[in-house]
Formats: sequence, C-alpha cells, structure tokens
Amino acid sequence: MIARRFWAWVVFALGAAYFLLPLLATFIFSLQMRRGRLTFDAYLSVFADARFQATFGYSLTCAVFAIIVGVAIVLPAAYFVRLRLQWLRPLMEFITLLPLIVPPIILVFGHIRMFNSSSILPLTNSAFGTDVLIVCGYVTLALPYMYRAIDTGLRTIDVGTLTEAATILGANPIRTMVSVIFPNIFVAVLSGAFLTFAIVIGEFVLASLLNRPAFGVYMQNVGANRAYEPSALAIVSFALTWGAMGVIQLLDRFAPKTARKD
Amino acid sequence: MTNVSRIADKTAGPVSGPAALSLNSPMLGAWLGVLPFILFALLFLVVPTLSLVASAFVDGSGNFTLQNIADLWTDQVRSAFEISIKVSAASAFFGAVIGLAMALAIIRGKLPGAIRSTVMTFSGVASNFAGLPLAFAFIATVGRLGLVTVILKTVFGFDIYKSGFNLLSFTGLTLTYLYFQIPLMILIIAPAIDGLRKEWSEAAATLGASRLQFWLHIGFPILWPNLLGTLSLLFANAFGAIATAYALTGSSLNIVPILLYAQIRGDVLHNPGLGAALALGMIVITAFANVIYIVVRTRAERWLK
Repeated sequence: MIARRFWAWVVFALGAAYFLLPLLATFIFSLQMRRGRLTFDAYLSVFADARFQATFGYSLTCAVFAIIVGVAIVLPAAYFVRLRLQWLRPLMEFITLLPLIVPPIILVFGHIRMFNSSSILPLTNSAFGTDVLIVCGYVTLALPYMYRAIDTGLRTIDVGTLTEAATILGANPIRTMVSVIFPNIFVAVLSGAFLTFAIVIGEFVLASLLNRPAFGVYMQNVGANRAYEPSALAIVSFALTWGAMGVIQLLDRFAPKTARKD
Repeated sequence: MTNVSRIADKTAGPVSGPAALSLNSPMLGAWLGVLPFILFALLFLVVPTLSLVASAFVDGSGNFTLQNIADLWTDQVRSAFEISIKVSAASAFFGAVIGLAMALAIIRGKLPGAIRSTVMTFSGVASNFAGLPLAFAFIATVGRLGLVTVILKTVFGFDIYKSGFNLLSFTGLTLTYLYFQIPLMILIIAPAIDGLRKEWSEAAATLGASRLQFWLHIGFPILWPNLLGTLSLLFANAFGAIATAYALTGSSLNIVPILLYAQIRGDVLHNPGLGAALALGMIVITAFANVIYIVVRTRAERWLK
C-alpha cells in the first residue's frame, strides 16, 4: 500500500515538473528584457504596441460574432432534435464530429477554393466578405464544443415539460426558445461561448491563409522577430485560456438542473 | 379503418400538446429550427471538404485523373508524410502512456483529493493551450537560449544541444506536442478508470489475485478499447496540428500540414492539383484514426457505464 502511494507521488511529481517547468521558465524569461534586472518591460512593450491592440480587438470581435452565429444555429437545432426529431441525433453527432476529423488547414483550403473570386459566392473578393468567411470558419471549428455544451445543457433540464408549459401559456416556439429554454441553459451556452473564445482568440491558420489581421498572425510575427515579447504573449495567452476554462468550471456549479431523475 | 387511424392520431397527438390541433405545424417548426444548422454545415463544412477531395481527381482541363495522387509519390511529399506520421505516433504513444500513468496515480494512487481536481482543471487548460504560445513557451524553456538550456550549461556544465537535442527536430516537436497530448489523455481516460469498480479489484483480491494479475486479466482487458481509441484520437490530433510546429520550426521541419500550408500560400510543389491530393491524403489518415476511435469507443461503452 505504501509502495503504491509512493509511486503515485513519483509519477505526479514528474508530471508536475514537466508541466510547470515550461510555464515557470517562460515567465522568468519574459521578465528578462532589461539586462540584469527582472521587469515587466516585455509585457508593457506588448500592451503598448498598436498592432497588439488592433489584432486583439479584431480577434475578439470575430469571437463575439462566432459565438452569436454559433448559438443562433446550434440552439434551435439541438432543441428541436431533442424535442421532436430524436432520430436525427446520430446525424447531428456525426456533423459536429466532422470538424475534429477534418483538420483546420483542410477546412480553410476548402473555403478558399469554394468562395474564391471566380465562384458563385465570391466572399474572398472583399475584406468584409473575408471577415464573414473567417467567422463562419470559426463557427465551424467551434461546432463540436458548442453543440456538446448546449446539448449537455438541454439534457439537464426537462425540455418536454418546459415546452408544454410554455405552449399551454400561449408561447409560440420562438418565444419558448428565447424566454424559456435559453435562460434555463444559459450557463451551458456560456461555457460553449468561452470554449469558442478560447479557440478563436489565438487561431493562426485560418487568419493567416485568409490574410486577416488577427491576433494569431500578430503573435506569429512577434515570435519570428522578437526575443522576449513572445514569452510575454505566451504567458498572457495561458492566463486567457486559464481564465476561460476557470469561468466554465465555475459556471458549471451554478447550472440549474430541472431534469427529472428517472 | 378510418376509426383506427383516428384513434391512433388521438393517442399520438397529445405528446405535442395543444399544438396538435394542426398536426403538421409543430413538425414544420422543428424542421425550420434544424434547417439553418444543416444548411450551415453543408455550406461551410461538408461541401467545401468534399469538393476539395473531389478536385484531387480532376486535371487542369476538368477531366478525371489519378495523376495527382500518383504525383504525390515524390521524395519531398513522402518524407513529409513519414515525419508527420512519426511525430504523431510518438506523441500519441508517449502521451497515452504518460497520461495513463498520471491518471492512475491521481485516481487509484490514493493521492489527496485536491490534487485530483487540480490536475483535472489543469488538464482542461493545458489541452487547450496549443498553437503559437505553446511553441513560444518551449523556445523560452529548452530553445537554444532557453532558461533550462542556459542553466544546465552554466550551472551544471551540460550542453543539451551538444549532446544531440534539438527543439527544432522530431524529438523537440514530440516533446512539445506532449504538452497537450498528455492532458487530453488524462481527460479522456479518467472517466474510464473511474468506471473500474472497486468491487472488481476486491473480488479479484478475495480470489487470491495479485495486483499484477488484476491488471493483466481484468483492468487492461476492460480499458484497452478505451486506450486504443484514445491513442487514435491523439494521433489525429497531432497529425492535423500546424501552428505549434510552424512557430517552432518555421518551414524547416517538413511535416504534411506545413507543406500544405506552403502549397496553399505559394504553390511550392509547382502543381495546383497536388494541393488537393495532399489534403486528400491528410483526410484519409485522420479519418482512419477517427473511425478506429468511434468503433472502439462503442465497444468500450459496454462495460463502463
């Protein structure tokens, strides 16, 4: 028994070392911009960079739109599949699994080919069109996570009873979805939203191949040309990811659960 | 006959509440709700991918050809697939083994409960911490001027780069990929290990089985479909990844996604048809790995409820 616990500690300690060492080293490295002293200069330099603000703002905007579009198409689909079209469930699961099978680089390659200037829907002709395309690309990348988050949320509430109650009180399906179902799974929707945010904010391949000024492209640029700023960016990104995941876990505790325990 | 169908209508009706007055409208509403999702998936996921795959079989003037696939058999493309498969397989294998060891340690190793929840939360973060920042972190740690490299050299007089290590290589890339592969393994395998009921090991112990015998005859036979499934998922995960490798090595390490990236940007293979063929090759490999995952997972779910 003692040996078992001893080995468990050894494995845990080795794992912890592998995972914490790069974070610690990166953090210390990011403080060394000024020779001989530990300062936050690299962070100040990054935050003061106008391109940082512009690209971060661009990616944030993309994330917000990707979340809105994602919720708008996934919520009704997941709701009605759970309520009336149960037999469509395998198809939904398959479709939402596809973005994990098709690597992002293939997805954007397909987009570039399908929506180029000589196609029926030439989205890549204008900056605005390309922005629309990149948001749709992000919605697609986040689809597996958004669908699972919302579907899990729907499973924890009693969709059938809530819908019946709303319908008896005279609500039409849209009203039911917006003012009954949505508030009840708001926490699940939020966790889908934060996952989408985590995916979009540092995304590189789509933005780079579509030539959009996103945060990922900026990070790549800094990484290729600077010494200390990349580590500062890595620490900032890690903090952002940690923040997004932390919020999701926190939200999970406050999720309302009205489903009957059969 | 009409009576029977009317009774059937009545008994089926109340499921959808008062709206059953017009039997068709709730179904129509449901379809209208699902339609945007289906259209979106077709327009931005299914059709672009399928048409890309199809264009691998078309030549410059629109005729069917297998020439693009045949042209993939060049040294450059073949070595790219070789390195990609090696890196993905190595990072999947070590990620699975180390992740399994860590999951076993925190779940069955009687470590304090706080450690378990910390590791699970951290795994959620680390499995999402990929791409460019991960590459930056490893450059700052074990790059040529990285902190660990420098400390080992100045304090211990040990130069890891002189002893053959290079971050911009197969080993370096595998070491970096493990940072998201191990946590992903922990996240996926932890529920499966939880599913190994305490009663089973107690029953085995009562019958005189040693711990080794328990794992050989009960633990691993139950876990292996999960292990194999997760292994193929990790493989696909690493195979499609590009940002980390690109930030780490630029285009000096010839892996398939980087080759495809360069091909899309500037036709480095000097043949536009080859891009589609390359994409087809990638999809075939990741789809194969994922099919194994799905098939095996349905098997695994028999025992672990």
